[in-house]
Amino acid sequence: MTSPIAKPVAPASPVDHSLLYPSPYKEFWQAFARNKGAVMGLAFMCLVVFCALFAPWVAPHDPSEQYRDFLLTPPVWLEGGTWQFILGTDELGRDLLSRLIQGARLSLLIGLSSVVMSLIPGILLGLLAGFFPQILGPSIMRLMDVMLALPSLLLAVAIVAILGPGLINTVIAIAIVSLPSYVRLTRAAVMGELNRDYVTAARLAGAGLPRLMFVTVLPNCMAPLIVQATLSFSSAILDAAALGFLGLGVQPPTPEWGTMLASARDYIERAWWVVSLPGITILLSVLAINLMGDGLRDALDPKLKNAA
Amino acid sequence: MLSFIARRLGLLIPTFFGITLLTFALIRLIPGDPVEVMMGERRVDPEMHAQAMERLGLNKPLPVQYLDYVGKLAHGDLGESLRTRESVWTEFLTLFPATLELALAALLFAGVIGLLAGVIAALKRGSLFDHGVMGISLAGYSMPIFWWGLILIMFFSVSLGWTPVSGRIDLLYDIEPKTGFMLIDTLLSDEEGAFKDAVMHLILPAIVLGTIPLAVIARMTRSSMLEVLREDYIRTARAKGLSPARVVFVHGLRNALIPVLTVFGLQVGTLLAGAVLTETIFSWPGIGKWLIEAIGARDYPVVQNGILLIACLVILVNFVVDILYGLANPRIRHQR
Amino acid sequence: MQKAFMKSLPLRLALAALVLGSATQLAAKPLVVCTEASPEGFDVVQYTTGVTFDATAETLFNRLVDFKPGTTDVQPALAERWDISADGLTYTFHLRQGVKFHTTDYFTPTRDFNADDVLWSLRRQLDPAHPWHGKTSVGYPYFESMSFSRLLKSVEKIDEHTVVITLVRPESPFLRDMAMAFTSIYSAEYGDQLLKAGNTAQLNSKPIGTGPFIFQRYNKDAQVRFKANPDYFRGKPPAESLVFAISTDSNVRLQKLRANECQVAVYPKPEDVPSIKADPRLKVAETEALVTGYIAMNTQHKYLSDVRVRKAINMAFDRQSHVDQLFGKGNALVGVNPYPPTMIGYNTSNQNPPRDLDKARALLKEAGVPEGAVITLFTRNGGGMTNPNPRLSAEMLQADLKQIGLKLDIRVMEWAEMLRRAKKGEADLVSTGWAGDNADPDNFLTPLLSCEAAKNGENYARWCNSKFQDLITQAREVIDNDERARLYSEALKVYDDDQPWISMAHPKVFTAMRDNVEGYVISPLTNNNFATTKVK
Repeated sequence: MTSPIAKPVAPASPVDHSLLYPSPYKEFWQAFARNKGAVMGLAFMCLVVFCALFAPWVAPHDPSEQYRDFLLTPPVWLEGGTWQFILGTDELGRDLLSRLIQGARLSLLIGLSSVVMSLIPGILLGLLAGFFPQILGPSIMRLMDVMLALPSLLLAVAIVAILGPGLINTVIAIAIVSLPSYVRLTRAAVMGELNRDYVTAARLAGAGLPRLMFVTVLPNCMAPLIVQATLSFSSAILDAAALGFLGLGVQPPTPEWGTMLASARDYIERAWWVVSLPGITILLSVLAINLMGDGLRDALDPKLKNAA
Repeated sequence: MLSFIARRLGLLIPTFFGITLLTFALIRLIPGDPVEVMMGERRVDPEMHAQAMERLGLNKPLPVQYLDYVGKLAHGDLGESLRTRESVWTEFLTLFPATLELALAALLFAGVIGLLAGVIAALKRGSLFDHGVMGISLAGYSMPIFWWGLILIMFFSVSLGWTPVSGRIDLLYDIEPKTGFMLIDTLLSDEEGAFKDAVMHLILPAIVLGTIPLAVIARMTRSSMLEVLREDYIRTARAKGLSPARVVFVHGLRNALIPVLTVFGLQVGTLLAGAVLTETIFSWPGIGKWLIEAIGARDYPVVQNGILLIACLVILVNFVVDILYGLANPRIRHQR
Repeated sequence: MQKAFMKSLPLRLALAALVLGSATQLAAKPLVVCTEASPEGFDVVQYTTGVTFDATAETLFNRLVDFKPGTTDVQPALAERWDISADGLTYTFHLRQGVKFHTTDYFTPTRDFNADDVLWSLRRQLDPAHPWHGKTSVGYPYFESMSFSRLLKSVEKIDEHTVVITLVRPESPFLRDMAMAFTSIYSAEYGDQLLKAGNTAQLNSKPIGTGPFIFQRYNKDAQVRFKANPDYFRGKPPAESLVFAISTDSNVRLQKLRANECQVAVYPKPEDVPSIKADPRLKVAETEALVTGYIAMNTQHKYLSDVRVRKAINMAFDRQSHVDQLFGKGNALVGVNPYPPTMIGYNTSNQNPPRDLDKARALLKEAGVPEGAVITLFTRNGGGMTNPNPRLSAEMLQADLKQIGLKLDIRVMEWAEMLRRAKKGEADLVSTGWAGDNADPDNFLTPLLSCEAAKNGENYARWCNSKFQDLITQAREVIDNDERARLYSEALKVYDDDQPWISMAHPKVFTAMRDNVEGYVISPLTNNNFATTKVK
């Protein structure tokens, strides 16, 4: 009896529409990729990160080695240049390209560490300010107002004056100076979220304070924080360069881009490449990060998606 | 309105005290002995050292020193520079006009060009001009302004010789500093060609200092303008048959300007920070250079009170901008 | 008649043109000097830096005696001649007559310079009862550090043109001290005028003196303007007006010099000197400065108290290459004695030990110093005249000491902090320098190597040798120059046997200027005077 019995067809289950939408990550990437500038920025930053990670192998020479016979050699495309020193050499005969690559390491290090060092306390303080709006909140915010009243470079200079010049103190100074913006942002986002239903629900369910803060509310505040983090990464690089230029940051002979510019002032007339190239590197890196930041903001923040 | 102002003022006072505490703490934390600084490298008699410490009030406990400091501030006594023995307030007043002149010139440059560029970019949205303006302004606040200054000097002063390398005016002119503003003083003096010389000296530093505000203002104007142009009342105005120019400038720009105003005010902080770098590069004798040199020379009273004065300036400008914004936007006035 | 007139018209026109032309030429351009920092103020006795002295003592004021330009010899200035009593305690100065104080829009003198002005200027600093004594915030630093308040018994006048200064004890360097900036003579009349008007602060911003230039204006941090004093007792300066353009960056100074915006640029960097010399439009004046760069060895330190260890270190240090690298070839003398050869008593038989690493190691072993012993070196973090690159200098010493088995721990810090801690004896080695003020050996030896200085800490080597101390105390009191030279020479032999220092260098001082600048004499005391300078 092999009569074709129609196989019982399971009733069509309601289509889970959420499966039809791309995953959050894919959606984010699509939104991000739409912004060509942001993609170019990302590509450039990948190059910089690569140089930073593999500096000793990528750089053609040792950044501190002085070639006494090749002082102030022009870059290869100018008269007097040589392929041995593609971007030329500085006043002590050190290869510019190698120093720039090594400098990438320093700049990324400074950017990363200062962001991390100010992000974590900033989020903490912001959460506290948002969750305790009676006394703790306003006092924290007043303190942040005080810090914001001072132009950031001046405050950083004053801090470095106390701590002394150097790489670590530069990072600390920049971290302190970027703190207020994180606190403000976090607090604003937290206060916006606190009134939502899911928070009330979690509270009713008996969530303890730490859980409320870090597991329930914080993840929903991350979007503006990520954007701010990229922007302060780029400011960190600029501020570190400014401090280095004023002689207060990273000290020579360490090849930080801003510090390289400080000694380059003497060579405006004779050797323009010593002046231009480190600056162009700073410009391109910061530009790339800012483009990425713009793209991130457009992709992450739905309110801004349709503006501009 | 008055209660709004009062509320804002109320916020100012604790912020002000916070700043005095901050600057006091900062300076006391700097290592090094102020009396040694004053003596230079000369030998300091232990007895003289003790006397000087006594005279400067440095041997009292810290909280007492802080109260003394605040007390003096209340009387307008900002102390004396350790280096020149001149009153910090006098030094500040002498040098401030130079920075103010530079900042105003920079703001003028940034404001005029930024507004224009932003409006046109908004009107021609998506065009090459728009992308160009956006690109240039992004580059503007991505670049280190001290490098930008060096490049401009290299190009315009050294190579082309169009502008001078540094300073406010050529050394051959003897200009009496009646107001402190070189542009006005040169007009008041009877030296020929001095005014033009002063203008030439002002151009590059103003451009350098104004670059970042230019970028921010251009961007802000563009996005604000775009938002406003989408509004219904604009459509109504167009429908009514008003000329495009009238629509844009009378109805559009006026409302678009409000957020831009706040940006203007917020640029004070940027301008003061930028002044430090710009004055260093162009040897412009203003308060930025003054502060940096004081920090290097461990001139505590100057650093402490100089930073205090600058912070007060920033707070004051922000306060005024807040009030103006409140005046312009009634919604803000009645917010908590 | 008409023909004659017509004939002479072109001549007249030519003459007129010539006169007009030279008239506009006479409205001469000022002599512009690019200086390295702003003067602290114009009341010179309150300050201690060379910048301030250049802008006040050298331009606006005179003292009773001066140094002959370019030398360290004393010459008469506001005092025509002087007598010193046999016991060395009484100095009688006979003052020059007919010297006029400046006339400006804020002061007109009614009398010439006389003894009252000397009394005013010196008593102001000496006598607590003087109405002006307390009108400063920190007193009179140079007066104090030279111990004048303990040295001077009295300052009196015998008549309008004679002043008698009585000392508490004989002090040979005293005459030279009177050539230093802090003894500048002010106008007592102006002082009284300000005191009566209750405007004593103006002394610091609108000065009056007898010097070659009259104060016109100070644009803070930008420029100082002077005009020539037509009544200057040595003759009116050739420069009609003088401008100090304040340019803190040495590269900007050089740029301005090249553009002829300034005609003189002080203190160029030593490494720029060759390129300045090579430029046909510029020239460089140079001389050995009365300056010493050295490293003091803390003789109270565990190992450094042993003279063998100190000798070993001196044997290992490669002085010549250090001086060459730090200052550039030929820009500094290798140091041997605590002060440079131009001063009396310089002991030429003292020599630096030849570099001998084996002998050094042997000495260390003999002294029982273990291999790899750590010694700290305190040094400042910014370059200065006595040491343009402290970090490089320290690293070179570190490399040298490594070769004899000593590990050098370099501690870089702010110089004020460094001095403070070094005075307390926290350092094993201190890298520092000293500039002489009056070209007297005592000016180097007493503040830096005496027993008293060892007690108060400024003798960073904390070295107290009684034989040395006796010799320099004697030399300080003896008046006869040759006797002094002999005593100092002997003292320096004692110093050489005991080696409390690593002597480093006597740098040269340089001034860059345009080729057509004449009449500038560079001074080993590193101050800059433009009373005879002109642009051809």
